[in-house]
Amino acid sequence: MASEEASLPVAPARPAPWRDPKVRGIAYQIAFVAAVVGLGAFLVHNMLGNIARQNIATGFGFLRREAAFGIGESLISYTPADTYGRAFLVGLTNTLYVAALGIVLATILGTLMGLARLSGNWLVAKLAQIYVETFRNIPLLLQLFFWWGLLNKMAPGPREAWRILPDVFVSNRGIVFPAIVANPAYRWIAVAFCLGAIAAIGFGRWARKRQAETGRQFPTGWVGLALVVGLPLAVFLAFGAPLTLDRPALRGFNFAGGSTVSPEFTALLLGLVVYTGTFIAEIVRAGILAVSPGQSEAAMALGLKSGQRMRLVVLPQALRVIVPPMTSQYLGITKNSSLAVAIGYPDLVSIANTTMNQTGQAVEGIALIMAVYLTISLAISLLMNIYNRAVALVER
Amino acid sequence: MTDIAQNIPIAQHPPAPRATGVLGWLRANLFSSVFNSVLTVLSLTLIATVIPPVVRWGLLDAIWSAPNGAACHSGGACWAFIGEKFRFILFGRYPVDQDWRPVIVVGVFLAMILAACSRRMWGRRLAILWFVGLSAIFWLMAGGLGLTHVETALWSGLPLTLILAVVGMLFGFPLGVLLALGRRSRLPAVRAICVGYIELIRGVPLITMLFMASLMLPLFLPAGVTIDKLVRAQVAIILFSAAYLAEIVRGGLQAIPRGQIEAADALGLSYIQRTRLIVLPQALSMVIPPLVNSFISTFKDTSLVLIVSLFDLLGATEFALTDANWQGFYVEADVFIALIYWSFCFFMSRYSQMLERELNRGRRR
Repeated sequence: MASEEASLPVAPARPAPWRDPKVRGIAYQIAFVAAVVGLGAFLVHNMLGNIARQNIATGFGFLRREAAFGIGESLISYTPADTYGRAFLVGLTNTLYVAALGIVLATILGTLMGLARLSGNWLVAKLAQIYVETFRNIPLLLQLFFWWGLLNKMAPGPREAWRILPDVFVSNRGIVFPAIVANPAYRWIAVAFCLGAIAAIGFGRWARKRQAETGRQFPTGWVGLALVVGLPLAVFLAFGAPLTLDRPALRGFNFAGGSTVSPEFTALLLGLVVYTGTFIAEIVRAGILAVSPGQSEAAMALGLKSGQRMRLVVLPQALRVIVPPMTSQYLGITKNSSLAVAIGYPDLVSIANTTMNQTGQAVEGIALIMAVYLTISLAISLLMNIYNRAVALVER
Repeated sequence: MTDIAQNIPIAQHPPAPRATGVLGWLRANLFSSVFNSVLTVLSLTLIATVIPPVVRWGLLDAIWSAPNGAACHSGGACWAFIGEKFRFILFGRYPVDQDWRPVIVVGVFLAMILAACSRRMWGRRLAILWFVGLSAIFWLMAGGLGLTHVETALWSGLPLTLILAVVGMLFGFPLGVLLALGRRSRLPAVRAICVGYIELIRGVPLITMLFMASLMLPLFLPAGVTIDKLVRAQVAIILFSAAYLAEIVRGGLQAIPRGQIEAADALGLSYIQRTRLIVLPQALSMVIPPLVNSFISTFKDTSLVLIVSLFDLLGATEFALTDANWQGFYVEADVFIALIYWSFCFFMSRYSQMLERELNRGRRR
């Protein structure tokens, strides 16, 4: 009896369609997508109606029209007679410039402060802690206003400028410092630097291979330094050390000569670096604390020197913890550079804002900003993910 | 045997460096090596160059009372400006004769936040308390039911900052939970839309959202319908914080062992029951500290509404600075409100650290 029952081909009971998880899933998705698409269609329909009613032009044709507004500072040549497209390009380069500088400087400041918080020196650790706790808890925009107010409103005019270093002056026109006068020799120095860097990397590879084969160590650090610094220095001396400084001097009501950075740029960069530096300091500190002390002790027991211990044992493990949150800090700097609009540094958002006010084409302007920031965010994420893969734990 | 032991000559060593007392502490913590000594000296130089000018500016040369701004420029800080503008910075353009209302609002907010900090209060009681508190706050701010009506364009200062941050978080949180659940969903269409939303919002600055709310949203509404400026900015903050909260909640969802969900399925719970009774309680309690941190950044981010000309704490301050009688006291004003922002954020971050320690205590067994 039992065997007879078991041999019967029993089809799995199909539930009623409204109880079948698969059917239900598809129904839910259709409903959800329909709701989202419906909402989107409703909004677009309203928008088209409003645009037609208010006679707002559509499309990106305005990018080819004359911008007719001046831009305070720009890395590429620009005049008000140029197009809106060119103005956007100026904004984009300004954003990328301040973000790139901010990322580099914030990483340096943050790493130093993170290490300082772990220092055995009580005073250094306390100072770093005060820095982190103070600047992390104040909104970035307020800090930007503070630096901008200090540089633009509190700083004296050029005649009474603060002299903070020899030939470096701070006034309400910005920071003026000596500029190096261009010389044809510098191109060759740059070439020598690149060659030196390539040679240093090549030597490092060769030395590592030799060490793996023979066990003999080579002073890669010193040789690399000699190549990277020594080669350009040799070229510099070979050209007869051509170094002329263009020193700023007070002429009339302003400085002549030297290089100037505007108060707006300085305030934005300072604010971004000081604010983000606090977060990076905490990330670095957490990363180093995450490496168990046993690792350091084991490295010591193996007889590694303190530099080697840091470079070969602690840092590779700390970087695994440090790199992912660092990515979001870098993205944060890029996105926060848009606060420039509040203090008048002509970044992408600030120029888009002017454009939108002039043309009334808010939809296109915001679409452009979003597209640019999404591209930058994706690019930074991609680079950091590649780097993260390089430092991540390789499991068997 | 004893002879040999006695004959070993014992080298004379200097006494070990003192490890206790002031000198010992100094040696151990400030001058333990040459490098450390250099660092100590550098730090002391830094302190010596920074502190005296700041003290001179902020205390010794400062002016504490002055009839107008012109009498207040002395090279020191002009705290008289803060005395003059204190009320405006805190409450902005809110009608002066109704000042008692924002005062009570700030008090109620502080009480609500303090109540939420006590873990004994967590639960239904807190929800009721917050509902009552928020209703009272909106009644006090907007008026009606016996109070004079005050339009939202006049809401400003600290109450506005607190409203934007608290409401942004309160409404952003459920939306964030839904987005996180959507991102973890088995249904590909739901997942794709949620991932798209979260990554889109997290990829752009908050300013774009605020611009969108102030410039683009009016275009998206049917003709004749207008939305209050404050509500538009609030919606932008809610939509923005929801994306960040979603990622935090997703972290908690991912940390739940598979067995929990399988056990719930074995018990025959439906998706909604499983999520409400098994998944969310565990996931959310795991991510409370990062949620507090997210609240801190929302609180700081509300200052951006100044760019779409709302007068929050920072906006009211910047507006106070435009007074022709009191010109040029940027640093004083910024230092003053920095102290307010700082106290809130510092308190919350300390609380989040404490919470993290307490919540981890049970898990560390």
